Formats: sequence, structure tokens, C-alpha cells
Amino acid sequence: MSSGPPEGWHRLHPLSPVVRGGRLTIAFTIPLILIAFGSEKLSNEAFQLAIIGVLALAGVVSWLVTRWRIEDDDLRIETGLLRRQSLRFPLAQVQAIDVVRPGLARMFRVAELRLRMAGSSGGTARLAYVAEHEVEPLRDQLLALARGARHDEAATPAPSTDEKPAPQAEHVLATVPTGRLVASVLLENWWLVVVLVGLIVGLAVSPHTVGRALRGAGLVWALSMVTFVWRRFNQQYRLTVSDGPDGLHLRGGLIALTAEVIRPGRVQAVRLVEPLLWRPLGWCRLEVDIAGRQRRKGEGEAQRGQLHVLVPVGTRALGMELVDRLLPDRPRELSPPPRRVFWKSPFRYRALSWGRSDTVVATTSGRLRRVTCWVPLEKTQSLRHVQGPVQRRLRLASVHVDTAGRSAHATLRDRDATEAKQALADLTDLARVARRRPAVT
Amino acid sequence: MGVEPEEWRTPSRQLLTLRRLEVGAPALLVLAGLAVAGALTGSAAAYGFAVGALVAGAIAWGIVGRRFGSWGYAEREDDLLVRRGVMFARLSVVPYGRMQFIDVTAGPLERSFGLATVRLHTAAAATDARIPGLEREEAARLRDRLAELGEAQAAGL
Repeated sequence: MSSGPPEGWHRLHPLSPVVRGGRLTIAFTIPLILIAFGSEKLSNEAFQLAIIGVLALAGVVSWLVTRWRIEDDDLRIETGLLRRQSLRFPLAQVQAIDVVRPGLARMFRVAELRLRMAGSSGGTARLAYVAEHEVEPLRDQLLALARGARHDEAATPAPSTDEKPAPQAEHVLATVPTGRLVASVLLENWWLVVVLVGLIVGLAVSPHTVGRALRGAGLVWALSMVTFVWRRFNQQYRLTVSDGPDGLHLRGGLIALTAEVIRPGRVQAVRLVEPLLWRPLGWCRLEVDIAGRQRRKGEGEAQRGQLHVLVPVGTRALGMELVDRLLPDRPRELSPPPRRVFWKSPFRYRALSWGRSDTVVATTSGRLRRVTCWVPLEKTQSLRHVQGPVQRRLRLASVHVDTAGRSAHATLRDRDATEAKQALADLTDLARVARRRPAVT
Repeated sequence: MGVEPEEWRTPSRQLLTLRRLEVGAPALLVLAGLAVAGALTGSAAAYGFAVGALVAGAIAWGIVGRRFGSWGYAEREDDLLVRRGVMFARLSVVPYGRMQFIDVTAGPLERSFGLATVRLHTAAAATDARIPGLEREEAARLRDRLAELGEAQAAGL
């Protein structure tokens, strides 16, 4: 770190308020430029200038009163002028550390560091923004501290906290070719393509009618769809997974660059998704779920409720290889449900199955989009056994394995009633054993 | 082998009274209203609706009774079992080590019957383990016991 001794307080990068302002900054720069070039009279713009001045001042003040430091095993952030806040984030509870660089931040060569904390009460520690060249060493240092803090708890009281890890070589596991990413996004949202083609054809045939229809809600809808696809593309562009000393490293992004580290012991669930039109091509998407609160504002609406995508699109073999890396003891054999399930869910019947090893439970489901979900038993929160009226008639029952994750959740759907009861008992016991075992990081 | 314990504990009988009051009182009010309307106007329809209300009330009375009977909970060595539901029979297993916090709530009606609801929260949003209609002392006992066990067995995320 160049800005002082590690014990001391640090400030964020001086350009932080400018980057934080984001679009606002850009909007305000335009009148300033106009004034500078004399095409507008100063008196006309006095009001706007006053607003800009106040906002700029607020930005500078917020920058002045914010400082952070690493204190033993905590990251401390102090902020606020009138309402002074002192935040303390224990590094031992860090679930993941992300580096995010929005477009404007890249222009100014700064980056945001985001520490995702455990627990529903913990939030996300944000250091926005830190100079680009400082981000990587700082992240490595924080990760080392997070690891060190945990080792200290366990056995070695040796102060491994000062050691600065040398930048280890990362072994690249997978990256996504751009062409394949485009194809996959289009194939998954094939109906969108159909609608777009329909619109274009419609415009060519009778521009008047279609144009009128578009002017209404249609345009808004189309725009929102395009934004959705764009965000997806922006996030997953050139996403690379590599194997680092502290877990899987993720890097990618078109305009906003992100870099994340996923630590194997922090994975709540792993999910392999195969949309209908990907299946002939043998493609799949691999996602992992990590504990932590819902992403907050400023983190992008599209990301909320989404899982971490490890591989946006890849072959099934690659997906399985990564699953093996994350959960070495995954169950190899999955058993299908009894035949009579056909009468309850004829479409889903074929896709259903489940299996377990001593530490991991796996389930598959999905009518068109096939989803395989693995949950390490160590991470299960609760188990639920549910039997609906139709299931009772057919002597079936489901068992839900709840995890702390956001949306991945394994369900042993429509099993024979006695099997379900047995599975509930077994999983309860195995989960207890898995919890007791010291975590293998 | 199963997870079923030998003995389920059940909510207080007061809960049954409360639930019956909740369906019985409105049914009776509607019935009375329709009967008065029928007497005043002499229309057969009002009497018909009154009979309908009576039947609906009786059915609800029966359902409430069965639903009350389905509630149960058992404290095992490492986890709490909660069972409920007639149409959809649910059985939840919540390990003590996974409990994040415990809520005890009592609405105005529940309070007047001296009852409280204990609700368990884990880090998973899908966990729904709640036990309604516990007598106040039992609710407090359960809360303290769960908190104690949760602390003793707490497991990291």
C-alpha cells in the first residue's frame, strides 16, 4: 500500500465522489462545458451552477469524512458528517470479495472493493473507490487476513496476518468465447428473437400498424427486454474462471468489469441449468449460491436475486468438472421417482430424480429447462417433508432441503412415501454429522 | 426408521377455542343478519342464504378442528420438529444449531386467551417453523430452551 502504514487510516480515492455520481456527473458536466465555451450566459445558468456547487460540496465532504483501516481482524469504515457511523466488518465472516469497475470508474482508473459478509444481518462492506493499482494487493491482503483469522481460531496462533501473499499463478479453467455467449443468450431467449424478427417483418410489410402498436406499451416492453439481454451480455462477456490459491477466481465484463473470488467452503448450493434449446448442443450454465444479504442499491437491479454465474455457457463435461472441484463428494447415481408420478406431473416426470452421498444431496427437475442442484449437507438449514392431497392419493411425498442461498434449493419431489420418510431421517442425521465435522476449506 | 418421535406436544386447547371463535362468530353474525332480513322482507332467498351460512360455518368448524389436531412439535436432542397441515401435511426439521433467532408474538385475540406464537428463523427464507397457540409460560419456556440449545450447538454458515 502506498498511502501510508497499514495500521493507519486511509481515505478513499479523491475522485470517488465524481465516479459515485455516475450519470449525474456526466449530466452536470455538459452545462459546465457549455459555459466554459461561452455559448451560454453565466446568469442564465446561475441556478444550475448553484445546484452543481452544492452537490459537489456534498461529495467532497462525504469523501473527507470517510476513512477506513484494517484493525486486527476487522475492517473498520468510518463515515458520515452529521450522523457519524463507525462500521466494523469481521474479516473472518467474509463470504466473497468482489472488485467492481463500472465504466466511469475505468475511465478514472479506480475500482470498488465489495466484501460480502455472512448472516442475514450483515451487509456488504463497500470501499468505493480505491485506486486501480492498489485494489489487487488490498484484496489479497484482506483475503489472507480472512483466511488467517480462521486458522488462528482453529489451531495455529502464529501471526500469519502480516505475510503478504505473492501473486500466485492462476490456472485458467474456463473462458467463454464471445460467439458462443451471443448464441447462448439468443437461444435461451428464443421467444425474444421470434418477437424481434416478427416486429422487423411487420415493419417491412405494414409499417403503419406496427408503428402504432409500438408507440404504446410495446416499446417500453421491447426496450426492457433489450436491456435485460444487454445486462446479461455485459456481465458475462469474457467471463473467465481460474483456479487460485484461495478459491475460484471469476473475471469478466464488457463495460463494468468485475472480479470475484469464490471460496469452496462458502458455497451453499451449486446449480447446473440446461435451457431447452441448449440441450441439443450439449451446453449448460453453472451457477453457485453464496450466503449473504440481497444485493443492495447501486449494485444493479438485474443482479438482484441472481446467483453467481461460474460458467455462462459451456459444455456439460466442463460443468461437471467444476462441480467436482467444488463438491468432490457429489453423488454419482441419481434414482428416478416411481412410475405413478406420471399421473401427477406428466411433463416433469422424466426430469425428476435425486441422489445423495454422505455429504452432498443432488436433485434434478424442470420441464423444459433442466436444472440440477447440488447442496452440501453441511450447509442445509432445515428440512421439510410435505405431502399434498394428490400426493397422498398416490402415496407420494416431497422433501425440501432449505439452504441459506437466495434461490437455489434442492427438492426431492414426488418420492414414494416411505422413501421420503426414510430420506428425511437419513438427511437429518447426515446433515448433523456434516455440521459437526470441522470444515474443510 | 423415521424421524417421528414417540410423543408430539400439541398447542393449548385454548387455541381451538380461539380458532372456533374466529370462524363461529362471523358465521353467527351473518346468520343472524340474514334471519332478520328474511323476517322483515319475507323473502325466501334470505332464508336460503342463511342456511348456506350455517352450512359453511359448520364446515369451517370441522376444518378448524382438524387443523388444530394436526399441529404438533417435539424437541429432540439436536433438532426441533414441527408438524402441521391437513390438506398439505408438512413436517419441518430445524436443527438447533441453525436457528438464527426466535420470535414470540401474540396478537390481541391471542393475548386475551393467554396464548403466544413461537416462530423460528434460520438463514433460509424457506424455513417455516412456527408453533401457534402456546400458553404464555410454555412459549417462554420453549423460547429460552431453544435459545440455549441454539447457542450451545451454533454452527457457522
